[in-house]
Amino acid sequence: MSGKGFADKVRETQVWKSIFRHGPPNNARNRASVIAGNVFLHLHPIKLKKSGVQLGYTWCMGGLTFFIFLALTVTGLLLMFYYRPTAEYAYNDIIALKEHVPLGIMREIHRWGAHAMVITVWLHMFRVFMTGSYKPPREFNWGVGVILLVLTLLLSFTGYLLPWDQLAIWAIAVGSNMAKATPFLGHGGPGAALAQIGDFVLVSDKNDVRFQLLAGRFVGEPALLRFYILHCVFIPLVVGTLIAVHFWRVRKDGGISAPL
Amino acid sequence: MAEETRQQLNRREFFSFVTVGWVAFTAALAGLGSLVFRYTYPNVNFEPEMDFIAGFPSEYEEGVDERWKNGFGVWMVRQEGKLVALSNICTHLGCVPNWLPAELKFKCPCHGSGYYMNGINFEGPAPRPLERYKIALTPEGKIKVDKTKIYRYEKGQWDHPDSYLAV
Repeated sequence: MSGKGFADKVRETQVWKSIFRHGPPNNARNRASVIAGNVFLHLHPIKLKKSGVQLGYTWCMGGLTFFIFLALTVTGLLLMFYYRPTAEYAYNDIIALKEHVPLGIMREIHRWGAHAMVITVWLHMFRVFMTGSYKPPREFNWGVGVILLVLTLLLSFTGYLLPWDQLAIWAIAVGSNMAKATPFLGHGGPGAALAQIGDFVLVSDKNDVRFQLLAGRFVGEPALLRFYILHCVFIPLVVGTLIAVHFWRVRKDGGISAPL
Repeated sequence: MAEETRQQLNRREFFSFVTVGWVAFTAALAGLGSLVFRYTYPNVNFEPEMDFIAGFPSEYEEGVDERWKNGFGVWMVRQEGKLVALSNICTHLGCVPNWLPAELKFKCPCHGSGYYMNGINFEGPAPRPLERYKIALTPEGKIKVDKTKIYRYEKGQWDHPDSYLAV
């Protein structure tokens, strides 16, 4: 055996070079390129302080939250193979997911994962607050995190309607009545009674935020479809984007939770 | 010579050009956004009718009649010479209470709001009485209930002649 080993030969092939566009990590420049050129690694900090990975200090709740979010994305995609968001099929499809499908636990993983993610988000924020990690220069990322908290709760809430059982319908009835009470935007909220020109009511049950949310005046099939799309496409896209920003700012603001 | 004839933007003209461009771009985006916003409001809704014919007043006996509850969400309550169309939506969070004939009260299963037969709340978190819908007689003498008109006790609207039928 002389000269280059097998690994070195592989590294010189065009296939390898077309995928990994940096040289072997044997100097400082290449080692930086390894991180910066990898879509999964480049969101991570280049350097970690020791306290940043001590479980007793960070609890790893942000990482756990992201892991659960990925698990929910995968299981949610799998559920979409069987679930049809119509009043006729929705409930039976949820039953079928448990009884007619191998690995019927998939729906339970999705549901319990949602519960777990809400818990880990809260614990993550509690830890960030208690260690003072929201302070400048991390205050922007705390703001992003608060939005992510709200979106996490909205993901849970929109997913709640999809089984289309009694629990779901009444929960959404209650939730959309809260939307009805939005100041100025909901027809039952403060300020709505003022928005009136003569007999013409500007904010009514036909044009307020509740109508927009439900695509109607009552919780019905259009609401189911609307919540389905919010749950599966719209909110996850926003959450995914904000998670990228969140991680990027963690890296830019001095790494995971270390004192600055 | 060539320098003088060349059409040139000076700095001021350049920025005004950019400003006009950005204003136009922003206006176009705002217009598009408002169109998308309008898109979320459908023009046609296939929802239940908001009014219905509820037979003749003579069909109703003293007490609570539940025949229209499932179809239209209305209890017909005849009491003290008045027939009213009572909404079956709990004023707490919008669930549907049950009529408990043995206890002569409406009771919401969600959070325990209770109402007397006339719709006045007396227990649980409900902040105000059940609402009455407009009730009137057609020329043939049948009852017509119109759910788009609401009469609320706490606003003193239960004295309104459209909020009950004298029977």
